[in-house]
Amino acid sequence: MFGDLSTRLSDTFRNLRTRGKLTEADIDGTLRDIRKALLEADVSLDVVKDFVASVRVRALGDEVSKALNPAEQVVQIVNSELVEILGGESRQLRLAKNPPTVIMLAGLQGSGKTTLAGKLALWLKSQQQTPLLVACDLQRPNAVNQLTVLAERAGVDVFAPEPGNGVGDPVKVAKQSIDHAKSKAHSVVIIDTAGRLGVDEEMMQQAIDIRNQTDPDEVLFVIDAMLGQDAVDVAKAFNDGVGVTGTVLTKLDGDARGGAALSVSSVIGENVLFSSTGENLEDFEPFYPERMASRILDMGDVLTLIEQAQKTFDEKQQQELAEKIAKESFTLEDFLDQMQQLKKMGSMKSLLGMMPGAGNMKKQMEDFDEDELKHTEAIIQSMTPVERQQPRVLNGSRRQRIARGSGTTVTEVNSLVNRFEQAAKMMKTMSKGGTPQMQGMNMAQLGGGNPSAKKSKGKKKKVSKSGNPARRAAEERALLEGKPNKTDGGGSAFGL
Amino acid sequence: MVDFKFWRKGAKQDELAEVELPKRDLSGIRSLFPGEMSSDSIQDLEDILLMADFGFQASEDIVSQLKSRANKLGATSDAELRLVLKDLLVEYLQREDAQLNLTSGKLPYVFLVVGVNGAGKTTTIGKLGRWLSDGGWKVVLGAADTFRAAAVDQLATWAKRAETDLVSPEKPGQDPASVAYQTVSRAIETDADIAIIDTAGRLQNKKDLMDELGKIRRAVEKIAQVDEVLLVIDSTTGQNGLSQARAFSEVADVTGMVLTKLDGTAKGGVLYAIQREFDIPVKLVGVGEGINDFAFFSAEQFARGLVAR
Ligand SMILES: Nc1nc2c(ncn2[C@@H]2O[C@H](COP(=O)(O)OP(=O)(O)OP(=O)(O)O)[C@@H](O)[C@H]2O)c(=O)[nH]1
Ligand SMILES: [Mg+2]
Repeated sequence: MFGDLSTRLSDTFRNLRTRGKLTEADIDGTLRDIRKALLEADVSLDVVKDFVASVRVRALGDEVSKALNPAEQVVQIVNSELVEILGGESRQLRLAKNPPTVIMLAGLQGSGKTTLAGKLALWLKSQQQTPLLVACDLQRPNAVNQLTVLAERAGVDVFAPEPGNGVGDPVKVAKQSIDHAKSKAHSVVIIDTAGRLGVDEEMMQQAIDIRNQTDPDEVLFVIDAMLGQDAVDVAKAFNDGVGVTGTVLTKLDGDARGGAALSVSSVIGENVLFSSTGENLEDFEPFYPERMASRILDMGDVLTLIEQAQKTFDEKQQQELAEKIAKESFTLEDFLDQMQQLKKMGSMKSLLGMMPGAGNMKKQMEDFDEDELKHTEAIIQSMTPVERQQPRVLNGSRRQRIARGSGTTVTEVNSLVNRFEQAAKMMKTMSKGGTPQMQGMNMAQLGGGNPSAKKSKGKKKKVSKSGNPARRAAEERALLEGKPNKTDGGGSAFGL
Repeated sequence: MVDFKFWRKGAKQDELAEVELPKRDLSGIRSLFPGEMSSDSIQDLEDILLMADFGFQASEDIVSQLKSRANKLGATSDAELRLVLKDLLVEYLQREDAQLNLTSGKLPYVFLVVGVNGAGKTTTIGKLGRWLSDGGWKVVLGAADTFRAAAVDQLATWAKRAETDLVSPEKPGQDPASVAYQTVSRAIETDADIAIIDTAGRLQNKKDLMDELGKIRRAVEKIAQVDEVLLVIDSTTGQNGLSQARAFSEVADVTGMVLTKLDGTAKGGVLYAIQREFDIPVKLVGVGEGINDFAFFSAEQFARGLVAR
């Protein structure tokens, strides 16, 4: 199942690219795939329907038909709509002006609230807060013990005046905990509550009472990433009951695609704040809507890659680079910079392996040798700023020092300097209108791969000098990225 | 229908005795369609099934089968269509082997309870323990979740409520396989009828933890046979249930499923896809947090509940 969607979409898109224009039928076909992917990811049906409808409207609009690459544009729309529902930018925890900040956790049984309480406490502690854990799950056997153990592990205080296992009033404990926190100058109070069903009126009332007694700054709704279609009903019930201010997604270290995140976010219209990603207290991080979007779509990291590629080679940077080259001020520092960006992409090599659709990209990635990259990085980092700016000052003794400093050999240093000079020369020529050699230079070489191994087949290609400025700019950009010329039909580096 | 007669060795003589256990019925399943069903609305059924977590494939299949069967039988009214659908669901879910495997007479029986975190394993064991005790069985529970904070205490609380024996780890973090082994040894020594072993929740994509289940099983098999490996699945689970069933049956030879939390709004439709794809019968369902809140799975009752008005 994995990668199904990305394969299908990139197939569709490959076909489309040759024609360049998306018809309504193309778009509907694509949307069917997306619908299915969302359902397989457990996004609730109603949410899927709304989502697909709004993507369709946008996909049929100008932004796609006028786009340079319409197919890529559709993916972008899907992605951005997903990210938007998931809350756009990730939001910070809301802290009270007058401490203590009160955070109440609520959710179904077994969703991971107690463990999350411990994680949140540890994390807050690392943010220089002084959290207090409050044991208000007096229902589940030994939930109080569990929280107490977690508090100890996290090195924070716990307020657990009642033994639990059915004994004690959670509303009273919650209320007392606020005074307790104030008297002990705790900056944050985290209230763990018993798991409850959305339809359990009595238990829901109890949660409402806890909320009313403690006036929390955040009511965090804790959901399991494996949650299915029920997410909508559950989210509604909790939101109508206790009034949710944010969501936490747990068990994200599993292989569930986590479509419930989308369902819940669209029902309650509040952000997901955190991800819980393991059984240890440290397995906790802010929520990243972009990552979640890719995960739900099962696009693997196709989307991340597109985005990364855009980030790595964004237009502005390319412009700057082109200017530098033109002014002959391209330095080893720029070289390192470029290389590090490439490396960021390189580390996704393994992910790419799982995605049949990303074959082209994978090949390019394989062409570069990560070890060698590391050496190159070490060498450049061992240079002084002057040396990076003006490599011509690199005499024998400087090269020796650098080799020692970077744990490499003088030969390696020499080879890097040579490569850099070649690259600089090549780019300079390219920026002036291109030469046959450019086909031989791909990202991998720029990044420090072994150039001889990837010598071009000597295929000469005349670069078109389009009269259209936009197209011209795109062509030049492609050259700088080491991509084959868009017009030569060789397929872009990113397969889409 | 479920029949709660089980065999075990007589307390005195070395012969098999028939033991009746209290009956538990499955009721309170929420209906899929509160509205009216008609030939025109069969297509809507696909959406309804999707919303009950049946999944894409199963929903499509059920609808196309319902259509052709309704056609053949000339079923058009609301009542007729419900009946045809119920029969369809029952045909898939009804299994000969849906009863707990308690008839070999080779004591002690050994059950291993596995599943992802928070599915309801420990609670299910508490309920089963009570039910067996009520039937006069001698039960030993084994706390082989040596990982999660306070997991042992939690099972200890259930053991007390269920009036069963309990084997706990000698030290925190003890190898779960050794706890499992000790549990079964104790059952043998004390002439108990059954040992039920709780395991730590684990996500199915964690290879090390999954391998640990194999180890637990092998440890037990040194001294006894494993009669049931029950995979506990939360009924709110979506399509990931399939991945759970696949992974757990690969490492632990799952013999049956337990579907918990059916007292909520979730329909547990994924069990249909699981049973179809992996051929694992559902044996028990959990319908609450109380010690008596469980029932034996009955395809007939489950399907009836789903199609009820
Ligand atoms: N409503 C309802 N809650 C249930 C049911 N079964 C279990 N629970 C609750 O679900 C939560 C988790 O149950 P546990 O038995 O601790 O689950 P577990 O699988 O042992 O969890 P770990 O050992 O932490 O992986 C508890 O709050 C139980 O009370 C059920 O059938 N209905
Ligand atoms: Mg447990």
